[in-house]
Amino acid sequence: MRKYETVIGLEVHVELATKTKIFCSCPTEFGKDANTHVCPVCLGFPGALPVLNKRAVEFAIKAALALNCEIPRFSKFDRKNYFYPDLPKAYQTSQYDLPVAVNGYLEIEVEGVKKKIGITRVHLEEDAGKLIHAGFADYSLADYNRAGVPLIEIVSEPDLRSPAEAKAYLEKLKSIIQYTGVSDVKMEEGSLRCDANISIRPLGSTKFGTRTEIKNMNSFKAVERGLAYEVARHTEIVESGGQVVQETRRWDESKGKTFAMRSKEEADDYRYFPDPDLVPVIVEPAWVEEIRRTLPEMPDSRQARYISEWGLPAYDAAVITASKAMADFFEAAMADYHDAKAMANWLMGEIAKHLNAEGLEITETKLTPAHLVELLKLQDNGTISGKIAKTVFEEMFSSGKMPGEIVKEKGLVQITDEGALAAIVDEVIANNPKSVEDYKNGKEKAIGFLVGQVMKLSKGKANPALVNKLLREKL
Amino acid sequence: MLTQFTLAEIVDKLAKKEISAREVTEAALARIDAVEDTVKAFVTQTREAALAKAAQIDAKRFNGEEVGPLAGVPMALKDNICTKGIRTTCSSKMLHNFIPPYDATVAELLENAGSILLGKTNLDEFAMGSSTENSAFFTTCNPWDLESVPGGSSGGSAAAVAAEEVFFALGSDTAGSVRQPAAFCGVVGLKPTYGRVSRYGLIPFASSLDQIGSFTKDVRDCALVMNVIAKYDPRDSTSANLAAPDYTTFLDGNVKGLKIGIPKEYFVEGINADVKANVHKAIAVLESLGAVAEEISLPHSEFGIPAYYIIAPAEASSNLARFDGVQYGFQAEADNLQELYEKTRSAGFGPEVKRRIILGTYVLSSDNYDAYFVKALKVRTLIKEDFDKAFAKYDVILTPTTLGLPFKQGAVRDLVSMYLNDICTVPTNMAGLPAISVPCGYVDGLPVGMQLIGKPFAEGTILRVAHAYEQNSGLPKKKPTLTAKGGAVHEKI
Amino acid sequence: MKIGKNDVAHVANLAKLKLSEAETEQYTEELNRVLTYIENLDHLDTEDVLPTVHVLPLQNVFREDETHLCLPREEALANAPETEDGMFRVPRVID
Repeated sequence: MRKYETVIGLEVHVELATKTKIFCSCPTEFGKDANTHVCPVCLGFPGALPVLNKRAVEFAIKAALALNCEIPRFSKFDRKNYFYPDLPKAYQTSQYDLPVAVNGYLEIEVEGVKKKIGITRVHLEEDAGKLIHAGFADYSLADYNRAGVPLIEIVSEPDLRSPAEAKAYLEKLKSIIQYTGVSDVKMEEGSLRCDANISIRPLGSTKFGTRTEIKNMNSFKAVERGLAYEVARHTEIVESGGQVVQETRRWDESKGKTFAMRSKEEADDYRYFPDPDLVPVIVEPAWVEEIRRTLPEMPDSRQARYISEWGLPAYDAAVITASKAMADFFEAAMADYHDAKAMANWLMGEIAKHLNAEGLEITETKLTPAHLVELLKLQDNGTISGKIAKTVFEEMFSSGKMPGEIVKEKGLVQITDEGALAAIVDEVIANNPKSVEDYKNGKEKAIGFLVGQVMKLSKGKANPALVNKLLREKL
Repeated sequence: MLTQFTLAEIVDKLAKKEISAREVTEAALARIDAVEDTVKAFVTQTREAALAKAAQIDAKRFNGEEVGPLAGVPMALKDNICTKGIRTTCSSKMLHNFIPPYDATVAELLENAGSILLGKTNLDEFAMGSSTENSAFFTTCNPWDLESVPGGSSGGSAAAVAAEEVFFALGSDTAGSVRQPAAFCGVVGLKPTYGRVSRYGLIPFASSLDQIGSFTKDVRDCALVMNVIAKYDPRDSTSANLAAPDYTTFLDGNVKGLKIGIPKEYFVEGINADVKANVHKAIAVLESLGAVAEEISLPHSEFGIPAYYIIAPAEASSNLARFDGVQYGFQAEADNLQELYEKTRSAGFGPEVKRRIILGTYVLSSDNYDAYFVKALKVRTLIKEDFDKAFAKYDVILTPTTLGLPFKQGAVRDLVSMYLNDICTVPTNMAGLPAISVPCGYVDGLPVGMQLIGKPFAEGTILRVAHAYEQNSGLPKKKPTLTAKGGAVHEKI
Repeated sequence: MKIGKNDVAHVANLAKLKLSEAETEQYTEELNRVLTYIENLDHLDTEDVLPTVHVLPLQNVFREDETHLCLPREEALANAPETEDGMFRVPRVID
């Protein structure tokens, strides 16, 4: 019997895919030479002043609308003051008490149960620079290319009750943000980052337990593992009569443990106050509606449509709609095809396997909906077998050639000519007297082996149905 | 001597090709050579660049090319205004070696207008003070009495103009840092409306109060400088997107029927009797020209200073946090990060700067934020409302610029009474209003200034009144003596 | 006394200023005087007054999302006390 309830809230940072930084016109591009995308503003040179990027505001509102948030008419920027070498001004320009969006939610499904998770707020802020710690040296190096890249921080309510729910929340959040197009939400590139607050309390209690904050969880899996570790750690402490210490802990992926971060010498006091260099942002309802009109159909709605329109199983619909690129691909392909389930099988099977292996989005490959439709149709009209289809797929995935062309080039057309097949069938019968004998003695399974032999000899090009028919006739 | 002329006169002579930019620049440099050792207005001089620029202007003019409205006029910038490739120190050890890779917008505008930068002037470190005694380098002397302070924080700019080392100079004004030194040095000092002149490239003290202003020999010169620097700047989010008029068009001498409010709160305890008498004489001059002066009340005036000493240090504590020895400026030797921060900042900042950083950090800390910081922001509203009410009835408000005369250097001063130096000037910063200080008399050979405050963006109106007064003041045309007066220590306020 | 030496030490630490014992004492004394003076504001009833953050009624000042030239790296680093490999060097940061 479970004695404790887990309470989790997540703070997710998402880098916005604007062309330029939030307060200056330096590019946000990733992976350039250190300190080449910097200017007096993002380097925090004295006298330089910030001017807000309009698109950053629009992207934040767009993401917030997709998360069902309210957009207050008035919001403003504040300074969060603390010293750290990745923060050139020694304050981060952020939003404190009046963020750009509040009161949203998203819906997750864990083990078949749907649940709404509240979103407290979405606010805009600037990213910090990057510190590089030379392994052996007693110093660090600072690169400010990332300083000033626009971020939104999405703060959930403490509504999550398990590490699995936390993971589902993150997956859903990533999917929604990706649909809006305001970020490429890649955790491995740091454009999506997650910190968690976690506590436990006796089942039935309405009071929160002491929480810890977990940082440095760099993948969805790490979030689930890190939180599971913390649940166990909290439980053990409480069970043994101890008390959880409120602190920030760091997840160490290789050790599979969290460690208390060196406690700061003084209690944090960020001395937030309104940034006098930036003026308030007023968002009138008309602007909100204008942005709302640019939102694409969200995954939940698409999922429902795939089930009702195309009769897709709920599971398949959920998997395909999780990625907007995948869903867009699916819809484009279905415009010229009839069997949604067959299409879904390809996307969730062979294609997903290749994408995962290469870490690509479907839009980053040479594959187009036309490729897949043609392949399926070649299979449907018997030109190629299912087995050959996989071979063709490999070739088309790597070269981008159309399947028809590949089939022609490599002579992969299915052999449906009875005369041509009869010779192979005769050869197989002659070479496998034991199986022939078995079949004749009523062992139905033996025919399968013989069909397999014919397929092998024909290099997979034989039409299996026809082979079957010929074998039965001849035996 | 060419340096005796006003900016307007020099522009005229240059335009008529009576003189060359080179001659004017050489004359100004010669004047600097003659007096700078006694005045000590400059932290950095840019002599070669100035001569090169002068030659360039002369060549352009000779070739009949377009030159800017201030082409060939020597000037100086307060050393908290960033100049590309020229050391900008804020008179602080912290920035003793800082060479900005960018120009402040005003520096750019003046460059394009053809004026010639002769150097960067001394200030109280990071503009915190009213005497230049807080400069980490040296104290500037008041040209009217070398033993007295020139006022501050823009004391170097005020003294440079008063001593005729340059024809005009820019300063910055957070609580009176242009107007008080203008009054102390007997020159005209204008703090424009907040947002009228771009703050881009002005190293901030208190961003919501700072405004760049000018020092000139007379009111017409002030209008000419404003014609160049008053411009919307998309790089400053707090810049007003409003076209600026030709300010010289306001200098028509007509103040008939103009209503002047005289706030009684500015003439009370602590005011020097002679200062008061001179300001009243000035009021009488304006009345004789047809203006109508009436006593008014700005009841929250006395709260300007206490509210200011919350807001300004709070903003400063954040603005000055960036000076940590990593990207630029002074860096102390240190073994670890905490030490780097602490040693750099403790050794890089002077005592007054540290005092204000501590005060500002204190009022922003979570336990004090509402009681101090928010309270001060509310008081700011009350002060602003006082002015709004007054300006519903009056065109300008007239006050003394300071309650007292320039005080002696090194006089022992109580901290709070030192802060009270800005009592007449700080309310206009709190309300963001334009205000000008104009010389209105002399006491014991030291200048007295009066302040004219206008409605938002009504620089034209205060220039009109200041000009009408100046033309009819009947004051003797005095120049500073550049000598020490010795004698009694002048009481402050 | 409004604030004690501990408060000043705490605030100095937040502001990354290292004060000697004598400085702490001096600042404590001075700040108490300034704060006493500042507390004149307590005489004002500001219950129903809105705070003023900006004196001008400006709002929605934006920049279009367009790139402009950045600083050349040499200029970005020219003022730095210590650099290495095109980066700013700082004493090692440990969490």
